[in-house]
Amino acid sequence: MKLVSPIRILSISLVLCLAVTNAFAQAPYERILNSEDEPENWLTYNGGYKSQRYSQLDQITPENVSELKLQWTLQNQVFGAWQSNPIVVDGIMYVTERPNSVMAVDAITGRVFWKYRHVPAENALICCGANNRGVAVLDDKVFMGTLDARLVALDRITGNALWDVEVGDVDLAYSVTMAPLVVKDKVIVGVGGGEFGIRGYVAAYDADTGEEAWKTYTIPGPGEPNHDSWQGDDWEHGGAPVWITGSFDPDLNLTYWGVGNPGPDWNAGQRPGDNLYSDSVIALDADSGELKWYFQFTPNDAYDYDSVQVPVLADIVWRGTPRKIMMWANRNGYFYVLDRVTGEFLEGKPYLTVNWSSGLDENGRPIPTPQPEGMPTFPGNQGGTNWYPPSFSPRTELFYFSAWQDYATIYRAEESDYEPGRAFLGGGFSVLAPAPDAPTIGIGRTNPINNWTNEVGFASLKAMDPQTGEEVWSYDQFDVSDSGMLTTASDILFTGGREGYFHAIDARNGDLLWNVSLGGQIVMAPVTFSVDGVQYVSVISGHALSTFALPN
Amino acid sequence: MKIRNSRIARLPALVFSALIAVSAHQAQAQEVDDHQYTSEAIEAGLQVYTQQCALCHGPQGALVDGINLRIGQFRTVQSDADLRQVISEGAAQGRMPSFSLRADEMNGVIAYIRAGFDPEGEAVKIGDPIRGQALFEGEGQCADCHRVRGVGPRTAPDLSNIGSIRTPASLQRNLLDPATALLPINRPVRLVTRFEETIVGRRLNEDTYTVQVIDSQERLRSLKKIDLVSYEISDEPSKQPTTLSSDEVADVIGYLLTLRGLE
Repeated sequence: MKLVSPIRILSISLVLCLAVTNAFAQAPYERILNSEDEPENWLTYNGGYKSQRYSQLDQITPENVSELKLQWTLQNQVFGAWQSNPIVVDGIMYVTERPNSVMAVDAITGRVFWKYRHVPAENALICCGANNRGVAVLDDKVFMGTLDARLVALDRITGNALWDVEVGDVDLAYSVTMAPLVVKDKVIVGVGGGEFGIRGYVAAYDADTGEEAWKTYTIPGPGEPNHDSWQGDDWEHGGAPVWITGSFDPDLNLTYWGVGNPGPDWNAGQRPGDNLYSDSVIALDADSGELKWYFQFTPNDAYDYDSVQVPVLADIVWRGTPRKIMMWANRNGYFYVLDRVTGEFLEGKPYLTVNWSSGLDENGRPIPTPQPEGMPTFPGNQGGTNWYPPSFSPRTELFYFSAWQDYATIYRAEESDYEPGRAFLGGGFSVLAPAPDAPTIGIGRTNPINNWTNEVGFASLKAMDPQTGEEVWSYDQFDVSDSGMLTTASDILFTGGREGYFHAIDARNGDLLWNVSLGGQIVMAPVTFSVDGVQYVSVISGHALSTFALPN
Repeated sequence: MKIRNSRIARLPALVFSALIAVSAHQAQAQEVDDHQYTSEAIEAGLQVYTQQCALCHGPQGALVDGINLRIGQFRTVQSDADLRQVISEGAAQGRMPSFSLRADEMNGVIAYIRAGFDPEGEAVKIGDPIRGQALFEGEGQCADCHRVRGVGPRTAPDLSNIGSIRTPASLQRNLLDPATALLPINRPVRLVTRFEETIVGRRLNEDTYTVQVIDSQERLRSLKKIDLVSYEISDEPSKQPTTLSSDEVADVIGYLLTLRGLE
């Protein structure tokens, strides 16, 4: 009997709290715009419009991080890499699961409030994993793109669908794997399908109705500027997908998007020209979608160097002058600093071995040095880095990301014909191996035994100084890593890797502070949030989402 | 910790004695050509295959159920002599007809099949598995280190399943030029712990913070790198190039290809 009354009291107070919370549990644009002011929440895919994945939370410190305790684990119900990035709004986490389910989860206990299932059309084609990387929220809605190229809006409290519109033609292998970006009253997504001869675009939809507001192709059509960077009808099926969430500068009213590879992937000779805006960053007006500027990292790409990295924005004093910059560790092996007002190239240096190019000219254009047939190209097909979200800490003023060191590919180009909805690759590739027939690495890890070893490639977490474009420190792992980064105001860098270790590293010097083996590959960035004054950090490893906090 | 430290092979005792025995034979790398069909033969085989075989077996050699010529999957054939016999005499109650090919045509089509249908590939001679087993256990000294079907030491990789995970070309490279064929994971390692224990063996798995090995006493050991004062991985394989003749190597390969796990 003794136990009963406290529980009753607790229940009643919980109900009251929830009632109050719900009354204010709206996520209007103003909150998302000022998300840096409420670090207790993780309101967008990249943790804010600047995409810094930096949190003001500092309860977990280098001194106490080793005391972190597992609070709860949520098991995935499906197989395959779990690349979803949770969103946290007022103690409720929204996370997606393959192929296209959304769950609302109590961020303190890990128990699920509701689950919405979208079953993609059977003919949905995804080149490299049936991934979904998460949702966006606005007001009382949750938005998810789908593998069959639809955009779905859900009621944030009930999980019921409010609208469901077509973003692209699934029969032509369009898909959406990214988390949408919400800006003002619009939901913005890009399309995947760069291995299937799509023509990429970014499109915005009215958040209330799903009506298309604007659509900007990443390959200019006839009569548009830079259409002449393609020949014949190559532009109609030239790829240039957009499959990673962009960033937004409210002062400039510009959204920034990384654009993927041209198609066919490996036969650049089949599509002469620079193939704009493939492998570029594009700046689009948030209201109209109008292209304001672009910067191309890899013209006439023959190596699948998608530029689908997250555009990381910062306002810093750059070499003595206050500037609005954009930092970019590209799949092509170069680290760039751009002026995000104009797209001007400020700095660019290789962050690892690069042999497809001997350097960048004064405008940031690479000087090509294609390797002879049969010879390895550095970095390899998966890139020096890829879509894994980086982080920038305004405290250390360093940029952090996962690189694949000593990893190379031997490419083979061949002519290929475009057929709608079919693979359009233009050849193939093999990974440079230390011995004939030795096992190598590819997309994801499914084997608990590493029998390929670090001789095929290994992870190097790099801390880059945007002032110099140089590496300040690095932290190596034995296997490669597809893990993203999270930094906090206590100078902790949280990250993972394919080996399943969850690491806390000193963001100032690269010292390992703490780690724990969670056992499954970590292929997304950790996120942090707080509820009732307690800081939590969540990370997905393998098929489990684990959430840690300090003991009371 | 920087973990690569080449050419310091403190070999496990068992491997070491085998090495001395092989060295006594003045081991030298052999010419690969002796063990392979020529590219001319493979090229000629492509012509024969296209005209005579492809109609039933298909361009990729996989159209007949249970047979995949390109990857060396047959119903009854093991050695090249078996192939020759099936082609010239027919098989499967006449469903595989007999073909009267000239010697160079026969040689070519076998070369083409053994090259994995790749005109630029390597076609490996495959000999008699019975003789091969005798060589494996005897003169070839393979069984001194390798275990097969529950017999032999465990320090080198167990070969009970090797025929289903390696190509003939890969097996041949391992015999003729082990230094370039050795998979990195199989390189000999030598670890010294801060408790002053020295462990020699072969890696089974590794990550950033730990390494799992089978040591020279055939024990499974898992070590934290933080506990290691030295960790050396040798570029030198624990075996020397074989001194067996070309035909004998073909026989050993023939035997290895029969090792496909439990019967």
